[in-house]
Amino acid sequence: MSRALASAVALAVALAVLPWILGNTFYVNLSSQILIYALFALSINLLSGYAGLTSLGQAAYFGGAAYACAWLVNRVGLDQTTAACAAVLFGTGLAALFGVLSLRASGLGFLMITLALGQIVWGVAYRWVELTGGDNGMRMGARPSPLGLDISRPMPFYYFTAIVFGIALYCLWRLARSPFGASLRGTRDQPRRMRMLGYHVWLVQWVAFVMSGFWAAVAGVLFVYYNQFVSPITLSLQQSAEVLLMSILGGAGTLAGPIVGAIVITLVKNVVSSYLDRWNTLLGVIFVVSVIFMPEGIVPGSLRLWRRFTGAGTAAPKPVAKTS
Amino acid sequence: MKQMKRRTVLKGLAAGASLATLGAPAIAQANPIRLGFLTVKTGPLASGGIQMEQGLMLYLKNRGMKIAGRPVEVFTGDTGGSPAVTRTKLQEMVERDKIHCMIGPLDTASALAVDDYIRSAELPTMSVAAADDMTQRHPNPWFVRGTSTSSQCSQPAADYCAKTLGWKRMGTIADDLAYGHEMCSGFLRVFEENGGKIVQKLWPPLTVPDYGTYIAQLKTDLDGLFIGFAGSNGYRWVHQLTEYGLRDKVRMMGGMTAVDESLFKAMGDEAVGLLSASWYSAALDTPTNRKFVEQMRKDYDVEPGFYAAATNTEASVFDAACQAVDGKVEDKAAFMKALRATDIKDTVRGPVKFDDLGDAIASVYIRRVDKVNGRLQNTVIHTYENVSQFWTYGEKAFLANPVYSRDYPPATHLE
Amino acid sequence: MQFWVIQTLNSFALGGLLFLLSSGFSLIFGLMRVPNLAHGAFFMLGAYIGVSTMGQVGGNFWLGVIGGGLGVAVLGGVLERFILRRLAGNEQGQVLVTLGFAFIIADLCLVAWGGDPIPVPAPSYVNRPLFFAGLAFPTYRFVVLGVAVAMAVVLHVVMDRTRLGAMIRAGVDDMQMARGIGIKASQLFTIVFCLGAALAGAGGVLGGPITSAYPGLDADMLPLALVVVILGGVGSLLGAFVGSFAIGFIYNFGIALFPDLAYVILFLPMVLVLVWRPQGLFGRLLR
Repeated sequence: MSRALASAVALAVALAVLPWILGNTFYVNLSSQILIYALFALSINLLSGYAGLTSLGQAAYFGGAAYACAWLVNRVGLDQTTAACAAVLFGTGLAALFGVLSLRASGLGFLMITLALGQIVWGVAYRWVELTGGDNGMRMGARPSPLGLDISRPMPFYYFTAIVFGIALYCLWRLARSPFGASLRGTRDQPRRMRMLGYHVWLVQWVAFVMSGFWAAVAGVLFVYYNQFVSPITLSLQQSAEVLLMSILGGAGTLAGPIVGAIVITLVKNVVSSYLDRWNTLLGVIFVVSVIFMPEGIVPGSLRLWRRFTGAGTAAPKPVAKTS
Repeated sequence: MKQMKRRTVLKGLAAGASLATLGAPAIAQANPIRLGFLTVKTGPLASGGIQMEQGLMLYLKNRGMKIAGRPVEVFTGDTGGSPAVTRTKLQEMVERDKIHCMIGPLDTASALAVDDYIRSAELPTMSVAAADDMTQRHPNPWFVRGTSTSSQCSQPAADYCAKTLGWKRMGTIADDLAYGHEMCSGFLRVFEENGGKIVQKLWPPLTVPDYGTYIAQLKTDLDGLFIGFAGSNGYRWVHQLTEYGLRDKVRMMGGMTAVDESLFKAMGDEAVGLLSASWYSAALDTPTNRKFVEQMRKDYDVEPGFYAAATNTEASVFDAACQAVDGKVEDKAAFMKALRATDIKDTVRGPVKFDDLGDAIASVYIRRVDKVNGRLQNTVIHTYENVSQFWTYGEKAFLANPVYSRDYPPATHLE
Repeated sequence: MQFWVIQTLNSFALGGLLFLLSSGFSLIFGLMRVPNLAHGAFFMLGAYIGVSTMGQVGGNFWLGVIGGGLGVAVLGGVLERFILRRLAGNEQGQVLVTLGFAFIIADLCLVAWGGDPIPVPAPSYVNRPLFFAGLAFPTYRFVVLGVAVAMAVVLHVVMDRTRLGAMIRAGVDDMQMARGIGIKASQLFTIVFCLGAALAGAGGVLGGPITSAYPGLDADMLPLALVVVILGGVGSLLGAFVGSFAIGFIYNFGIALFPDLAYVILFLPMVLVLVWRPQGLFGRLLR
């Protein structure tokens, strides 16, 4: 327990101090972005890592909540807090519905259904121009001030995002260590045995689906707060694939994995692309190389390599039931 | 000297956001003008984006990378066509690279995504994106657009079809995007007000590889068809129309990107005879343009069209405005005023000046594809001068209507 | 009347093109359980290689087809042998790697062939419309249809009558048992991946006269392959065949009759099929 507490404190300190180390507001903004995508990646990790259900439609809840928030604030004129909550509710509700449809299949069938559903949401956003603005996207006037705090400048926004992220991380950490988390991993590893033991596998998976939709929706609201703009690209297959990659790249089924994945991919897209025209190729090479040398993901793979180099791996068997 | 050293250090560490821009005027003259440039260099829009870069660099290199006596440093950002990345790139350029002004971006969604940021950063922007409302009902005071809105070229095109060609029954087909909607609606309004009727509207999705199903739906008794395609779709449409033996049966008038010079290599002889309306043609017979086209062919083996001419024109505007403020681009308000007040005769597209919302008032050319000396060109067969984004309607009356969209103005003669 | 005839012919032609695209995808997916997300990139790369080959051999279209098919097959073989095989058993990793390939191939194609669309000229003797019953229809699309049907027959014969085909069918049904009776899985996988890649590459050249070769072709075609294979069923050639033509018809008539649903017209039937019959029309039960 104390090890977890220590890492939590270290993380909190690191997040708090980061903007001061970085100095320039551009890097602070980048960090905010990374946190948003990290949260998004953590949400899909819940599904693909812990539950073993690989989904290619996660962007539907992310983008759906972003659109809902922008629409409610702009067109309906709701105040920000209500709009944000309603948007998260919308994203979660969508996940609940899509979960019912998607869980009729498993494995590859599940992948395809989530893909198809995601594409349908994307197509509607593109097509229903009166509602969504079509390919022009939707703007959100000014950055909202949740609880009266002004987050229009980079630093306050960063802290706001960091706090939300911290809360989310804590919740997911608790979830991973909880009995529900264990049963979720059980349904991934041994569905038949779980059924025999009396677990309602479908229900466990559906609840995980809804939870993952919830966190994706939260990330979506943060996204639209940050960008003050949302367009159909946010709902696209590309976006779904990207976030899945962040999770797998970093290490599915771990908490640190998706965060590392989000850092890598966001940096390549936004920073490396300024120095290297062929950043798409670089991204592809990163995927291939990391999968070959660290198939479990960067975080577990690095830990493994670390243990090998420091010789710690040959010690006595590790204690049981260490989560993630 | 102390200030120079501090500036160099700051450039590396990028701490203390605003210090670098506060150089004393005397020192500022020796420092470069930092010009940001947002374009698309990867992905499906890459072809146009790369040409944009070429057009811009050509202008600057011809002047030894110096404008108004100051060296120019260009910071190029590849947005990949993604609005979120555009925003990040722009932030990087403004906050880390401290650009003074910006040219770009190419696609409308990206431009809309950074609209509010440009306002808050007070960044003079020479835009290429064509969305109507950016200089109409939601004008950005920091925008200047030396090219054209989506409908600015399609309105004169309709005038030409109705009055000069005498077409009465037309159809429109365009990509199902805001760009296509605005072009076709502008066309419809002017065409129908001049006695014509739009009897069919087709909206293929942007990325449909096969137009067969639309070709099959095309009415056979149209006088003409307005084609409002973007990217390389214009080429694919004409090619597939030829495959179906309909090329000679359907007369077409293209929008500003449907029959772009960049598509000539692919189109070949199928393109001969195609009409289109745009704010530029590589065949424009002015000394400035002839030199430009020659150089583009020599340096890049590219026939310049919409994209290269866009940034080259913006560069001309940039140049003129810089000279008007004597190189002091740090005074943003004055620079912006100079940009909007620009009235130059000598760009590759011809004379350019701006209306009070920042959009260009300039010539629109009706072009026809001819084969001259074994090479395709967009011969200019008619010029509409001093065309504004409001056509003949006057600013107040025009803005009183809603923005052109898929269903506005409504098409009342569809069959 | 004219409208219905032309749309029907269009649907058949589109179905033929889709079969060329998705037959390879279905094979790879069915046997190796890997949705090859680089399949669209293979298709696009084939079109580009085909055009370049044609440029080298004086414009012979069929040599271009062979060039495209072979080129992509070789690339596919190398990728499978040296990368995918190392990840045997790690399906998620293999999917990720194919996506990485897709990124790399697409970006390198942009460097090699530039951003402008490159037309792929059909053989001159079919590069004109066929006139019948007062209608005109591109002759070349009949050629595509013909090639697709011929390909389907050849593949069917291979699957049904040859030892390789038997091994593939055994592997699709139950890979573990197949290994148990001595079928060398890794060799089979390489052969099938090459075959699937070859089909995609040749398909790219064959589709070239209709779509032309352009950056973004990969992203436009991949969802279509996915949709066909979902509908028809993974690992079944009959499924890919029927699925291709079904999608051809749904797409063409759907867009014409319900233009407002243009962006979702393909995915609605996919969802319906997946919800009611997740294994597709002819597929084996998906794990």
